[in-house]
Amino acid sequence: MTTTALPASEPRPRGAVRAALEETLLPPVVALLIALVIGDLLILAFGQSPAAVYRLLLEGTWGNAYGLGQVLYKTTTLTFTGLAVAIGLRAGVFNIGAESQLAAGGCAAALVGLALPAGVPGLLAVPLCIAAAALGGGAVGAVPGVLKAKFGAHEVIVTIMLNFVVLALLNWFVASKLHVPETLHTPEIHTGAVPRLSDAAAAFHGSAANATLAVALLAAVAMGFYLFRTRRGYELRAVGLQPDAAEYGGVSAGGVWIRALMLSGAIAGVGGINYVLGYKHYYEEGFAGGAGFLGIAVALVGRNHPGGVVLAALLFATLSQGGLAIHALVPKQMVEVFQAVVILAVAVSVPEVRRVLLSARRVQA
Amino acid sequence: MSDLSNATPAPLGGAASGTPAVEMDGIVKTFGPVTANAGATLSVGAGEIHALVGENGAGKSTLMRVLGGGFAPDAGTVRVLGRDVTGWSTQDAIRAGVGIVHQHFMLVPTLTVAENVVLGSEPRRGLQLDGRRALDEVRALSERSGLRVPADRTVAELSVGEAQRVEILKTLYRGARILVLDEPTAVLSPPEVEELWTVLRRMRGEGATIVIITHKLDEVMAISDRITVMRHGRTVERLATADTTPTEIARAMVGRDVVLPSFTSDAVKAAGEGALQVRDLTVRDARGVTVVDSVSFDVAPGEILGIAGVEGNGQTELLEALAGLRAAVGGVVRIDGRDVGGTSVRRRADAGLSHIPEDRHRRGLILDYSVADNLVLGQQHHFARRGVMDRAAVARNAAEKVAAFDIRPPSAALPARALSGGNQQKIVIAREMGRDFRVLLAAQPTRGVDVGAIEFIHGQLREARAAGKAVLLVSADLQEVLALADRVAVMYGGRFVAVLPRAAASEEVLGRYMTGAQPRNDA
Amino acid sequence: MSVIALLAQVLRIAVPYLFAAGGGVLAERSGIVSLGLEGFMLSGAFCAAVGDYYSGSAWVGLLCGILGGLLFGLLHAVATIRYRADQVVVGIAINLLVIGLTRFFLRLAFDSSSNSPRIAGFEGGGPLSGWLAGAGPMIPLGLLVIPAVAWLVYRTPFGLRLRAVGEHPAAADSLGVPVARVRYVAVALSGALAAMGGVYLALDQHQFTDQMTAGRGYIALAAIIFGRWNPLRAGVACLLFAGAETLQIQMQGTQAIPSQFVSMIPYLLTIVALAGVVGRANPPAALGKAE
Repeated sequence: MTTTALPASEPRPRGAVRAALEETLLPPVVALLIALVIGDLLILAFGQSPAAVYRLLLEGTWGNAYGLGQVLYKTTTLTFTGLAVAIGLRAGVFNIGAESQLAAGGCAAALVGLALPAGVPGLLAVPLCIAAAALGGGAVGAVPGVLKAKFGAHEVIVTIMLNFVVLALLNWFVASKLHVPETLHTPEIHTGAVPRLSDAAAAFHGSAANATLAVALLAAVAMGFYLFRTRRGYELRAVGLQPDAAEYGGVSAGGVWIRALMLSGAIAGVGGINYVLGYKHYYEEGFAGGAGFLGIAVALVGRNHPGGVVLAALLFATLSQGGLAIHALVPKQMVEVFQAVVILAVAVSVPEVRRVLLSARRVQA
Repeated sequence: MSDLSNATPAPLGGAASGTPAVEMDGIVKTFGPVTANAGATLSVGAGEIHALVGENGAGKSTLMRVLGGGFAPDAGTVRVLGRDVTGWSTQDAIRAGVGIVHQHFMLVPTLTVAENVVLGSEPRRGLQLDGRRALDEVRALSERSGLRVPADRTVAELSVGEAQRVEILKTLYRGARILVLDEPTAVLSPPEVEELWTVLRRMRGEGATIVIITHKLDEVMAISDRITVMRHGRTVERLATADTTPTEIARAMVGRDVVLPSFTSDAVKAAGEGALQVRDLTVRDARGVTVVDSVSFDVAPGEILGIAGVEGNGQTELLEALAGLRAAVGGVVRIDGRDVGGTSVRRRADAGLSHIPEDRHRRGLILDYSVADNLVLGQQHHFARRGVMDRAAVARNAAEKVAAFDIRPPSAALPARALSGGNQQKIVIAREMGRDFRVLLAAQPTRGVDVGAIEFIHGQLREARAAGKAVLLVSADLQEVLALADRVAVMYGGRFVAVLPRAAASEEVLGRYMTGAQPRNDA
Repeated sequence: MSVIALLAQVLRIAVPYLFAAGGGVLAERSGIVSLGLEGFMLSGAFCAAVGDYYSGSAWVGLLCGILGGLLFGLLHAVATIRYRADQVVVGIAINLLVIGLTRFFLRLAFDSSSNSPRIAGFEGGGPLSGWLAGAGPMIPLGLLVIPAVAWLVYRTPFGLRLRAVGEHPAAADSLGVPVARVRYVAVALSGALAAMGGVYLALDQHQFTDQMTAGRGYIALAAIIFGRWNPLRAGVACLLFAGAETLQIQMQGTQAIPSQFVSMIPYLLTIVALAGVVGRANPPAALGKAE
């Protein structure tokens, strides 16, 4: 028998759009609920009231300008790394290397910033630094892309290993060529500073939020445009969804993988601007501080959609900053547990929600 | 659970003489609206080689799955060696000595032959796997049965024929005395087939009972003692091989007399005539086996060339090679006189090639893309301006195609996944035939679609012919080939064994060629 | 520095790698990607510190550490096998989860953000007590792990089923091999074994410190891949990587080669191996597939 008609589980047309939305939005919601329950348990284990802790968390983040500024600063970096992971996943490749791409981008930006003669106007210097950051991160991203397309080397392992290699290289480079004695960072950059939020509104004084946030939002919009409005984006998503059908449609999967991983690295690289040009004005060893790995969580929770990524970045930034606020009641590390539980719960609920929805629809039909 | 008590191979002994080894009576098995078995019966004597024959979809494989415990029958009884075993499980069947060798191998390529054979019922020495005993046992079994395999090699190093022998050894190791082989020769070369016959005869000599599913009549004549013929889920004839002829079997299979014509037409036309010209095209699969063997043919403008053949005889690879999805090792492909050999899918599409792929769920559609986006797949570069998709043009294209090809529901924003099989296929047809093209490759264009859609798709193919397009049609459905094609080629073993004008082709004739008959050259 | 002292140093560095790589090979050969080794190790180190601290016995610490690793191994298994969650994501999540949990419970149990109080270690070091003081049974055990895993994988019925399940689960299933159960056992064992590597670190340093595994789980993963998923070759890779590290320590201050270059050797070698430059690296065929 050669019947390949629709299996009974396929949704009927009327509910199809709603079904797709459910499948997309339910997993993060379920995951957050699970994480909240586990968070409550941890708080109770510490002998505190969950309500009090959550209130403190909100007050310390959204409740005052400084906290909000810090949240926005962290949102900026996480948006970049989240977008980087998301564009890879859209093409069906998993970039675990955002951590080192972020660092490479920051270092490249610092190099250009240091090389530029004093007095170069910011309007010229900042774009140059951004371009350098994109190049730096993109070059790191190209390696797993080429190795996957040409040799079939799995990008997950290559990017993990490359993290260590690139970070070690950067450390050596900065330590031996550029650093200020007794520190782990480069000299300060005097050209190409990005304006701080506190320059515009004094209330934000002391917080690190800066105009790189606008670049991040712009990047999200640009990525959305690229993915959903351009031919390259059409082809990239096709490879991620059904490589065989993409090939039939004249698209080379290998080319798309290389392009996607380069773009991914470039986006993560530009994230380095936030710290290097927006906050400290120098490159420092270890500044990425796990933001690359958290980008995986952000992409997952944001369901690989640029808009979702921005929202998820805001969520994770709030949690990170909130950890400091709740420290009076419970250890701030509770937040790290909470974040990890969210990732685990999203990973589990994506296939599980699909299965539950399918069987529910089957019962209806 | 899997530790069979008889890890040592049981002798290939038969049953007490007189009791049939297998008796299946009145077997009914339906799958939703499809009836696979409608009261089939089968009686296999102990120690005989029994051929179960019938056309595609006659219900042979289903009947054997019922025997092997894969399916429980809706009605009817199954007796093995006189015992009623109706509705037993796969494990029960294995334990009772019924072994089934499926068409698709279930072997672990990185493990050795011996390891594959003993997996799940390993000989032990204390806590250890007794590798030496496994090797010795498999070698002994191989020796005794005549299934020559290098027991210490990994399966990845074996030829297809050797791999099949390992599959048979697996069942013997578990004590199989009744062996069912589902289309065992489909993957074998002629010498390997001969070797298999030798082994099967030897096993019969030692008392084993063998059921072999096939639709190749020369094989039936060569190997079997008795024959059961199935048609439309029923048993229609029981024959003793010695007392019958291929013609008689073929008549039982299709229900009518079959006469092979003594003439064939030329596959290759005069120069310049073909919109699609193929010369000596040769394709190898990943294992290096030649799957398309120097095939040459032309398809003229305004002509439908149908390719008939049992699936797996190289049709899929031929079309993939023509479309640019699979590299050919030799030969020439011309579209409208232009050599497109070695060029990309996109170049061929732009040269005027359209392609309805055989698997729309894997290749033909991106199921999560909207109908509109699917309607430009492969043409996306024509719907972009400076790299940006022209959404108005995509929408216009979608509106036109949805209306012209009656895609339902008429909403281009829905994901393709949400449409019925027939309407999904209409998306593919609309995309490939709703544009300017010269040559159409249509693979299984009506597979899994409802009657209304079949009619519509056939109409489209006829219109294309009327409009002067060259159509290469591959279909497992003979009636479809006969309904549409101007000439019919039969593909067998990677070659065109016959090319017939429509007038000389009939279901019966094609069926014979599809089972490997050679044309008579007495014209 | 004497040769024996050097070898002893290589051994001390290698032991955590050997435990983690031995465990990781089992999980990977069953078809489950093993990115959680780092987390398993860290959980072992922390649980060992807690058990040791409250009982005063290194043996109780060892037992607690193994149990901790077993627990996270099972969590990994349930998520990836029962729920078919993305194996890469689960591995990373487990690493982050263990970092967070150990920090949290460090506060809860010891009211510190960086380390536990001093804990008892093992006594003596056998014939090499001068160089291997305080390691107790951990170094012999560490040296045994790889041969034991190799024996399990290549010489036992379980190992045959493990390899079949990682390569062609459908074929294994058709012969009645319980695919999911084999994977559960493999992943749980990988958690327990990797945790023993963490136990060694904590007992050796007489305390637990935040993130004390410092990427050793990833080095073990590199050794597995560099060893092409063969336990013995992976063991050799562990020793090789430990040797490079020893070299790096010995050369500190000499400035001959920057230490960062030596420290990237394992990762570079792994990338090169993956690219197929040094023979083909064929992972288990079903590795990372949901089914």
